[in-house]
Amino acid sequence: MNDSGSNPAEGTRTLVIERVFPHPPEKVWRALTESPLLTQWLMNNDFEPVVGRKFQFRSEPVPNWDGVIDCEVLIVDHLKRLSYSWSSLGADFVVLWTLTPAEDGTHVRMEQSGFGPDHQAAYKGAKYGWQRFFDGLERVLGGSAG
Amino acid sequence: MTPDKTNLGTNYVFRALADPTRRAIFEELARHGEQTVHALTGYAGVSQPAVSKHLTVLKRAKLVRHRREGRETHYRAQPDALTPMVDWLRHYGAFWRDRFDRLEVLLERMDP
Repeated sequence: MNDSGSNPAEGTRTLVIERVFPHPPEKVWRALTESPLLTQWLMNNDFEPVVGRKFQFRSEPVPNWDGVIDCEVLIVDHLKRLSYSWSSLGADFVVLWTLTPAEDGTHVRMEQSGFGPDHQAAYKGAKYGWQRFFDGLERVLGGSAG
Repeated sequence: MTPDKTNLGTNYVFRALADPTRRAIFEELARHGEQTVHALTGYAGVSQPAVSKHLTVLKRAKLVRHRREGRETHYRAQPDALTPMVDWLRHYGAFWRDRFDRLEVLLERMDP
């Protein structure tokens, strides 16, 4: 089992967590896509693995946060990829799960990238995308951007 | 759940930087130091009122500070204001690692 945190080279744009689970992709896929199973390890939800489906993750409200994460299913690629948008507190992310069969189980990669549609558009050629922005600011921020 | 560490400041920072022109203005100030609205207007390629409006949003997020000198207003970047955003993403790191642990436990319990 390996476990990696956010990739320093990616700066603050993208958070990547990877781990190999000693279980077949079919089983991991169920844990990621069956609502009652998702509830057990992630959060209460009304998820359905249907592209375009809007759903919510709900956790205990805390001060300054109602505990609600608004999502929409973006990709359902059976046993391989699952993606949904993830919005709370005015910050929009995209969560992408990628499953790859490994010798002794399944390699699971979770990528949470910011910051919504504008961010995506920025990647596609706009002059001041987040990538360039953070790359440039890393120097200004010194070590604190890692 | 980790976003409880989030405060309204983070929210303002995210919203302020969601706009590419504001990111460009902030980046320009962070790179090249203090500048007037006039100079920034030349750089940003939009009208002076538009630049002023963007600067107001950046100011509310505490991403820039200003001072007046005669008839000119000078702005400079406050990169420290990004810290809550960076922290927030760090909390997400802890959040997902914890959930991965829970996923592992669940997978053990599930029928094959």
